[in-house]
Amino acid sequence: MEANDAPPLYQKRIPIFTRSVKGKFRTFKWAMLALAFGVYFGLPWMPWHRGHEAVSQAVLFDLPGRKFYLFDLVVYPQDIFWLSLLLFIAGALLFFATGLIGRAFCGYFCFQTLWSDAFIAIERLIQGERPARQRLYKQPWNGEKIGKIGLTHLLWLLLAFWTAFTFVLYFGHAPALTVSFFTGKAPSVAYFTTLVLTLSTYVAAGWAREQVCLYMCPYARFQGVMYDPETLAVAYDSRRGEGMAGRALARAGLKTREERRASGHGDCIDCKLCIQVCPTAIDIRDGLQYQCIACGLCIDACNNIMDSMGYPRGLIRYDSEANLAAPMPAKPKLHWARLKIIGWGVALVVMTGALFYSVGHRTSLDAAVSQVRQPLFVILSDGRMRNRYQIRITNKAVEDETFVISAKGVPDAALDLGNFREVLVHAGKSLIVQASVMLPPEMAEHTNSLEFVITPKHKPDQAVTLPTRFDSRHEE
Amino acid sequence: MSQQQPQIVQTTGHVWDDDLQEYNNPLPSWWLMGFYASIVVSIIYWLIYPAWPVGKHFTTGFSTVTYVNDKGVEKSWHWNTRSQLMKDMNEAEKMQKPYFDKVAATPFEQIAKDPELTNFVNSAGKVIFSDNCAPCHQAGGQGKVGFFPNLTDDDWLYGGTYDKIQETISKGRNGYMPAFKEVLTDTQLDDLANYVASLSGEKADAAKAKAGNALFHGDAAACYYCHDNSAKGRQEVGSTNLTDKIWLWADVPGQKTPEKKVEVIKQVIANGLNRGVMPAWETRLKPDQIKLLTAYVYGLGGGKK
Repeated sequence: MEANDAPPLYQKRIPIFTRSVKGKFRTFKWAMLALAFGVYFGLPWMPWHRGHEAVSQAVLFDLPGRKFYLFDLVVYPQDIFWLSLLLFIAGALLFFATGLIGRAFCGYFCFQTLWSDAFIAIERLIQGERPARQRLYKQPWNGEKIGKIGLTHLLWLLLAFWTAFTFVLYFGHAPALTVSFFTGKAPSVAYFTTLVLTLSTYVAAGWAREQVCLYMCPYARFQGVMYDPETLAVAYDSRRGEGMAGRALARAGLKTREERRASGHGDCIDCKLCIQVCPTAIDIRDGLQYQCIACGLCIDACNNIMDSMGYPRGLIRYDSEANLAAPMPAKPKLHWARLKIIGWGVALVVMTGALFYSVGHRTSLDAAVSQVRQPLFVILSDGRMRNRYQIRITNKAVEDETFVISAKGVPDAALDLGNFREVLVHAGKSLIVQASVMLPPEMAEHTNSLEFVITPKHKPDQAVTLPTRFDSRHEE
Repeated sequence: MSQQQPQIVQTTGHVWDDDLQEYNNPLPSWWLMGFYASIVVSIIYWLIYPAWPVGKHFTTGFSTVTYVNDKGVEKSWHWNTRSQLMKDMNEAEKMQKPYFDKVAATPFEQIAKDPELTNFVNSAGKVIFSDNCAPCHQAGGQGKVGFFPNLTDDDWLYGGTYDKIQETISKGRNGYMPAFKEVLTDTQLDDLANYVASLSGEKADAAKAKAGNALFHGDAAACYYCHDNSAKGRQEVGSTNLTDKIWLWADVPGQKTPEKKVEVIKQVIANGLNRGVMPAWETRLKPDQIKLLTAYVYGLGGGKK
C-alpha cells in the first residue's frame, strides 16, 4: 500500500451549516431557550426580602459563609443530604424520561444544545442562511468575510462573557459585584472564573458544538443503553419512505402519491432537508444513530415538505422501534406500562416526596452533644464525680435566637454551664457550649445516662433532646 | 449520505487470515491538538515550579514564595511546599489576630460571659495546649498521677484563679518536698502515712494515725510547716491539700487494699519529691497566647475563686 493512500489517523472536523426550520419542535426549542436563558441570566438580579441588605438576592451562594440562599430557604452544609437526594432525582428523571421518550434531555434541555442553538442563531443573523454561510466559508478571505466572521465571533464572545459573568453573580451580591467587577476591584477568583467560563463557553458552543456530544459527553453514551424497543425515538418510517423501489426525487410523473405507488417508490422525495437541519449532520434515514440528539428538527423539516407535497405528515416522527417493525404499525403512543418505566417513576416520586418532606420539616435548630473522653470522668476534692460535655448548637434560622440549655435525669444543681444556661446564637452560626455534670459518688454509681434539652426561647416546640452517657468508672 | 460519516466503515487496509480486517475510526483532530496543548502546559509548568533534577541540584522554576518566619524576618524561596505552608500560616495568623486582640483586651470575667469569645478560646486554646502542654498534662489536661497534675479537677496547688493560673504558666513552678527517711524512723513514717490516709477518709490504723497526728503537728517531722495545721496545704508554696479526695503524687486510688494505699503514701514521705517542675512559658509563648491559654485551662476544670 502506498504511503499517501493510508487512511488519515485524525479526522478534521467538517463544519456543519444547519438550515433553519419552522415547526412545532423548533417552536418548543425556542420556548425552552427563552425560558432557560430568562431564568439563568435573570435570577441573580431578582431581589428578595430577607431583612438585611447583603442577602437581598433571591438566589445567592455564599461560599465563605457556607450558606446557600434559595428564595425563602437557607441551605447549610449540614443539609448536604438534600444534594444527594437532588442528584438521585436528577438521575432517576433522566433514566425515566430516556426510557420513555429517548434523549429528550439532549435535544431540548441540555445547556450544550441551548448555547449551541443561541450561537447558531447569532451566526445566521450575521452570515445568513445555510447556502450563504457555505459560500462565505468557501470564499477567500476578503473584507466581507473578515467583517462577517469577525462580527460573529465578537458577538459569540460577548454572549460567552455574559454567560460566565452571570455564573459569578450567583456567588455574590449581583449589583455590588457588577460595580466592583468593572472597576477592577472584584476578587481575583471572580476574574479567573469568568475568563475560564468565557473561553469554555465560546469554544464549546462556537467551535466544538456537536463534537461535545459525539466525543466528550458521557450522558450521550449511556443514555443510548437506556433505550428499549418500546422507547419513542425520532425515527424514519423506511417502509413508507422507501416503498418497493426506494426513495426518488419528485420528478415529473412521480409527484403524486398515486404515481409513486404505481412505480413502487416511497414517499421520501430525497430532498435532504432532514440532513441540512440536523445539528449533528446525520441522515436520520439510516436509522437510530448514536449521533442523534433527538432534537426533532428533522421531523419539522420533513413535515413541512410533506405538507407542500400534499402527503400525510409523519414520514419522520417520534415512534418506537417495535411499532415500526410491526406488520401493521399502530399510531405511536407512550409505552409507560413497563417495569423499568414504572420502577424509575416510583423511585422518582418517592425521592421527590422525601426531599420535599425533609425541606418542609426542617427545624431551625441543629444540636449535638459529645462527651469529653479525655478524661472520661474526674474525681473532685469532695469526692464528687464530674463528666464534661460539648454541646454544639447551630441556629439555621434567618434571625438570632436564644437557646435555653437544661438537663434531664440529673438534679438541676449538678449541671454547670458557666454563664451559658441561656446562650444567644446568631443567625446561621454555630456555637459550642462546655457543660459539666457533677454527682456525689452514690448517685454517680446509679447514673449512666442523662439528656440535654436545648429549647429555642421563641419556638419552644422545636426543643431538641440529646441523650448522652455519664461515666464514673472505667469498664473492666 | 451524511456530510460527516461515510456509509461504509473505513478499514486500515490490513488483511490477515484472508478476511480479518482492522477498522479505522480516526480520532478527531482537535483531540490531537489537545494532546499538543498539554505538552505546552507541562513546559510552562517546568518554568514555574521546581521540576528537573540536574546533578545534585534541580531546576527551581521562576515562581517564588515569600513568608515571614517566627523571628519576624522576611524570607523568599523558590516555590516549595514548606515555604507555602509558612506563607499560609502567616495568612492564618493574620486572620486570627483580631480574635487574639479581642481576648487580650477583654478581662477574663467578660470572656467567660461572651459565648463567641469563649468558643474561640476553646478552639484556639486547644491547639496551643496540644502543642505545648499536652506532652506532660496529656491531651485533655487530665495529667498523670505521680507525675503531672490533673488540670480538669477542682484542686489547684498554686491557686485556681485566673491571675494565679496566668502566673503559673508565665513563670513556671518548682514543687519540692524533702525526703524524710533519714530523719524519721520506719515506725514514724508508718504512723505519718496512716495519719495522712485518715485525713481523706481512707482506711487507716487509728492508733498509728494518732501517733502520726502528733508527728505531723510536732517539730520532729514538722509537716504542718508546709502543709498547714489544717493539712489543707498552702498555695503560696504549692503544698498539696491532704484532706481532699484528689491524689497527685501517691497513687492512692490506684491501689486495691488499704495497706497498699498507706504504703504508697509512706513512699512519698520517705523519698520526698523534686519532680514537680513546671517550666516558665513567658519566654516561649507570646503574652496574648498565655492569656488565651489561661482562659482555656481555667475552663478545663472550672477554675476556682
